[in-house]
Amino acid sequence: MHIVVCIKQVPDSAQIRVHPVTNTIMRQGVPAIINPYDLFALEEALRLKDKFGGTITVITMGPPQAEAALRKALSFGADDAILVTDRAFAGADTLATSCALASVIRQIQNNMPVDMVFTGKQTIDGDTAQVGPGVAKRLGLQLLSYVSRIAAVDVEQREIVVQRRAEGGVQVLKTALPCLVTMLEGTNEMRFATMPNMFRAARHPLKVWDKDAAGIEDMTKIGLKGSPTVVSKVFAPTPKSARAEIIAVESGEPKDMAVTLLAKMFTRFPQIEKQLTQQA
Amino acid sequence: MSETAPARKGKRKFELDPRLAGYKGVWVFIEHERGRVHPVSWELLGEGRKLADMLGVALSGVVLGEPGATTRNFCEEAFYHGADRCYLIEDDILKDYRNEPFTKGMTDLVNAHQPEILLLGATTQGRDLAGSVATTLQTGLTADCTGLTIDPDNRSLAATRPTFGGSLLCTIVTLNYRPQMATVRPRVMAMPARDESRRGAIVEHPLNMVEANIITKVLEYIPDAMQDKPQLPFADIIVSGGRGMKKPENFQLIWDLAQVLGAEVGASRPVVQAGWADLERQVGQSGKTVRPKLYIAAGISGAIQHRVGMEASDCIVAINNDPNAPIFDFATFGIVGNAMHILPALTETFRQQLATTKIAS
Ligand SMILES: Cc1cc2nc3c(=O)[nH]c(=O)nc-3n(C[C@H](O)[C@H](O)[C@H](O)COP(=O)(O)OP(=O)(O)OC[C@H]3O[C@@H](n4cnc5c(N)ncnc54)[C@H](O)[C@@H]3O)c2cc1C
Ligand SMILES: Nc1ncnc2c1ncn2[C@@H]1O[C@H](COP(=O)(O)O)[C@@H](O)[C@H]1O
Repeated sequence: MHIVVCIKQVPDSAQIRVHPVTNTIMRQGVPAIINPYDLFALEEALRLKDKFGGTITVITMGPPQAEAALRKALSFGADDAILVTDRAFAGADTLATSCALASVIRQIQNNMPVDMVFTGKQTIDGDTAQVGPGVAKRLGLQLLSYVSRIAAVDVEQREIVVQRRAEGGVQVLKTALPCLVTMLEGTNEMRFATMPNMFRAARHPLKVWDKDAAGIEDMTKIGLKGSPTVVSKVFAPTPKSARAEIIAVESGEPKDMAVTLLAKMFTRFPQIEKQLTQQA
Repeated sequence: MSETAPARKGKRKFELDPRLAGYKGVWVFIEHERGRVHPVSWELLGEGRKLADMLGVALSGVVLGEPGATTRNFCEEAFYHGADRCYLIEDDILKDYRNEPFTKGMTDLVNAHQPEILLLGATTQGRDLAGSVATTLQTGLTADCTGLTIDPDNRSLAATRPTFGGSLLCTIVTLNYRPQMATVRPRVMAMPARDESRRGAIVEHPLNMVEANIITKVLEYIPDAMQDKPQLPFADIIVSGGRGMKKPENFQLIWDLAQVLGAEVGASRPVVQAGWADLERQVGQSGKTVRPKLYIAAGISGAIQHRVGMEASDCIVAINNDPNAPIFDFATFGIVGNAMHILPALTETFRQQLATTKIAS
C-alpha cells in the first residue's frame, strides 16, 4: 500500500504574539512545529503500514525551513519525503494550495500508484479545513473527511470502511480505494521516534521539488495568482462602544466586589436574575 | 484565506468581468441530517437576508434531500426564516449526506442559476461540501467567518475572520470569481424571527445520477449519546476559565461557581491544550461559539480567537488581574483582581442571594 501524507509546518501558535503598536504578528523566535492535526493523519498512516506493509511518502509545500518538519516525520517512520518549495507558490490560498498539492501527488503517482492520501482535519494557522477536500476533488479521489476511526481495510477488494464525524452522530461509510482521508484530532497518539529512524531521518536524501518538478503547467493556478481570495485588510478589533464598567469598592474586598457586581448586573440585566431564580 | 498574501491597502477600483456580471442573488445551503435542519442554516438565512437587501437581490435556500414531505417542509421553513425562493433537488440518492452527490447537485444548481454569494454552515457537513464545491467551480471560499457585509464600492462580499496568531481580524474578498463562497459557524449570527405568513417559490431540479455509479455508501449512522456531552452553544450561563487560573487544581473554583449558577463550564484554548478541560468545552474560533445570557471569564485575556466565540453574549463579566487585559475592551462588567479570591466570593454571594430569593418566593 502506498500512502501519501500531507503535512504543513506551522509556527507554534501558543507562542505567537502581536506587536502592540504596529499590530503585526511577531514570528521571530517562534518555534515551528508540524501542524498538530497532521500528526493524527501520519500516525494513522503508520498504523496502516504496520498492518499491511507498504510505503509512506510525506509531502509538504512551504519554505525551505519546512525540511525540519519532513525529517521529523521520517523519524516517526515515514519512508520518503518531498519538500515542495518555490517562490511561485507563495501567497497561495486554499484553492491554489490544493492545486499545487494535487499536482505533486500526480507526479508521485507516475512512479508508484497511490492508494490513499491523508491530511489533517485542518491547520492551526490557516484553520480552514479546505485543503483536504480540495485535493480530493482535483484528483478525483473519494473524500472521507473528519474520520474518527478506520474500521476496516480490505486490500484485495480495495475497500475501506470508516467512521466519519457528522453533526449529531457518526456516519459509517464504505468506499473504494484510492481515497483521501482527513483525520480528526484525538483519534490516536503519535508513537515515539526510534533511534534507527532518527538516524535514518537525519541522513535521508530529501527530495526538493520546484514548480517544474511538481508538474505545474499553468502558472495562473498557483500562488498568489491562482488565489481567488484576497486579504483586503488586517485590523485590530475595535473596543465595543463602551469599555467594561469596572467594579470598584472602597474596601477592595472580594466579597464587596461580588455584592456590588450582582446588584449592578441584576439591575441592567433582569433576565439574568429571572433565569437564576427560575432555576433555583 | 491566505495568511501569506500581503494585505493590500486602500480601496481598489474594480470592474467585475462582464462574464460574471450575470451572477445574481444570495444563496444559503439548508443543511439537514436525520430529518432535522441544522439551526445554522436559519441563522445564515437571517444574515443572508441582510446581504440580499443591501444588494437588492433575492435570497434563496438550497435544499437537497430525499423526495417527500419532510424535504418539502424544509423549503417552507426556509421561507418562514426569510428566503424568497428555494432551489430543490429531490432524489432518493440524497437521503443521507454524501460528498459526491451533494457536490454534483450544488454545482449543477450554481451553474444553472448563477448566484453571486453562496453561504454554508462551518459544520462537518458544510465544510466537507464547501471545499468540494469551491474547487469544482474554481472559486474563492473564505472559511469560518465571523462577520459578513457588502463592500459598497464594488458589491463584493467582504468576509471577516480572525487571523493567524493573537489579536487581529482580516477581511477577505473574492474579486474576479463567482460565486463568492463563505462558511460561518453555528451561533455566530443571530437566529432570525420565524414568520409563518411568509411564502416563496420552489424551483425544482433533477439530480441526474444513478446510485450504482456512486462509490461511497452509508452503512450506518450512530447518533451521539447526548446525555453526558456538554451543550455549551445553547447554555444560558457559562463560567469560563483561562490560563490565568494558573493550575489545574484552581480550575475547581470555576466548577464551584458554575454549580451554584446551574451553568456550563467553558475554557480558553491553552487550558484545553494543557488538559485541564475537555475539547468540548473550548470556546472560540477553533472551539464552540456561544451566546449565553451571562458569560463569566476568569483569567482569560480576551484574544480575538476567544472573543469571536463569546462576544455575542448578553452580559460578559471579566475577572483579570491585569487592568489592561484586552477583555476589558468588550466585557460588560470588569473586576480587576486575583481570580483565586474573586471566584470564591462570587460563588458565596450568588449562593446567598439565590437562597434568599428562594425563601422569598
Ligand atoms: C488559529 C488559532 C485558533 C485559536 N482558537 C482559539 C479558540 O478557539 N479559543 C481560545 O480561547 N483561544 C484560541 N486561540 C488562542 C488565542 O490566540 C489565545 O492564545 C488564547 O485565547 C489565550 O488564552 P488565555 O486568555 O486563557 O491565556 P492568556 O492569553 O495567557 O491570558 C491569561 C490571562 O489571565 C490573567 N491572569 C493571570 N493571573 C491571574 C489571576 N491570578 N487572576 C486573574 N487573572 C489572571 C492574565 O492577566 C491574562 O490576561 C487560537 C489561536 C490561533 C492561532
Ligand atoms: N502547504 C501545505 N503542505 C502540505 N499539506 C498541507 C499544506 N496546507 C495544508 N495542508 C494539508 O491540508 C490540511 C488542511 O489544511 P487547511 O485547509 O489549511 O486547514 C492540513 O492538515 C494538511 O494536512
